[in-house]
Amino acid sequence: MGKRVGIEVSLAISEAVKQANVDAIAAYPITPQTHIVEHLSELVAEGTLDAAFIPVESEHSAMSVCAGTAAAGARTYTATSSQGLALMNEILFIIPALRLPVVMTIANRSLSGPISIWNDHSDIMSVRDTGWIAIFAENGQEAYDLTLQSFKIAEDHRVLLPISVNIDGFTLSHVIEPHEFLDQDEVDQFLPAYQPAVQLNPDAPVSMGMVGIPEIYTEAKKCQDEVLKASMAVIKEVFADFGKRFGRRYQVVESYRAEGAETLLLTMGSVSETAMETIDRLRDQEQRPVGLLRLRLWRPFPVEDLIAAMPGVKTLAVVDRAVSSGGTGGPVAGEIRSALYSVQDAPYVASFIAGLGGRDITIDDFAVMITQAEAMAKVKEIHQYKMIGVRE
Amino acid sequence: MTKKFNEKAWHEYDLGFMVTQPGCAAEYRTGDWRSQRPQTDKSKCIKCGVCYLVCPEGSIVLAADGSYDFDLEHCKGCGICATECWTGCISMVEEGE
Repeated sequence: MGKRVGIEVSLAISEAVKQANVDAIAAYPITPQTHIVEHLSELVAEGTLDAAFIPVESEHSAMSVCAGTAAAGARTYTATSSQGLALMNEILFIIPALRLPVVMTIANRSLSGPISIWNDHSDIMSVRDTGWIAIFAENGQEAYDLTLQSFKIAEDHRVLLPISVNIDGFTLSHVIEPHEFLDQDEVDQFLPAYQPAVQLNPDAPVSMGMVGIPEIYTEAKKCQDEVLKASMAVIKEVFADFGKRFGRRYQVVESYRAEGAETLLLTMGSVSETAMETIDRLRDQEQRPVGLLRLRLWRPFPVEDLIAAMPGVKTLAVVDRAVSSGGTGGPVAGEIRSALYSVQDAPYVASFIAGLGGRDITIDDFAVMITQAEAMAKVKEIHQYKMIGVRE
Repeated sequence: MTKKFNEKAWHEYDLGFMVTQPGCAAEYRTGDWRSQRPQTDKSKCIKCGVCYLVCPEGSIVLAADGSYDFDLEHCKGCGICATECWTGCISMVEEGE
């Protein structure tokens, strides 16, 4: 195990990608993701990383190139944000359909308009149904660890699906944090060279991306969804293996001081660290039975783990960082309400939308949400969502 | 007996629904799409082979006498052969007539 190094989170992710010894990187710069691929291009240029770095004219081309390099059997990486992710949209659906294990960092940023370069989760929520595995990191160490683990999950022959590792733009991407890097031989033992199941090869020709006529399309979508759901077991297996080797343990749903809690907050991404402060304050200073769930895995959605993580809980306050326009609540809260609908004595779900377009969510904001959720639960208030901190 | 492409269960296809057998598109009977069928007046056929060259589906086959027949299992009835035939010996007739 290496020593702790103070380094920008974007560069720590680049280090993980370098240690994963990727073969191909295709990317287009977009704030706040730029530092990651900028640093990778330097590593390739100076000969530290033996990979093809393919600069392209748009994110649509970046993801198209990733499809090509992954189909040719190359370990493939890219990174993007917001508008860039939106421009990739068409190809995002094709990558999992072709079963190509591309790994992508998304430095989460709000979508225009209004134009915003700051952080929320509207980009990842807009590609919810593309068929990618989606994982959230809370800090730089997690971003580094999860990037390495993502290659192993994606390339497992039981999976062969693309993964997005989501990190909050600026809040993580541009912050210098202490990171504990693995030694290269530890990475090599954990993550052996990629063995493609099938690849484009003139000696054994295959055609990828065929037409799915009506007699085929339904079976193709069923297969894709079953594989995505089944990836859950492999994700847990890889998390467990990583934990055993290196001592940093990951769960698809993480609990914080949730024992005996009657009210739970539910968060995703870096705000979870602020939420922990709120829980500590309410538990230690006010002796309130509250706790926190952090959803690490967004796709496949961990229904069973989530239900198991809230025994006896009466109120769940779900914090969304995106608006599902014209919908029935925040996108995460909507999924959770749906998952809990047939569960006996399910907790009351309060949906809060906060932290849009880079607005901070403070320790006090989370305390307000918990208090408000408990009051709403008492009268079983029917609501779609409450927006926190909006000027009325 | 191996299942036809449209009889398999969702888990029986190749990875990513890719095609690993070159030329297997021939299994699919595109002739079902046809609403008009090509017909030759062989007395006018000069055996030039233009129809054979222009058919986009490779559905025109050389007959023993040097003229051309149609592979009606795959001919979609597009009518390019009838339009391009130098002597006008190919005509399109409605299916069912």
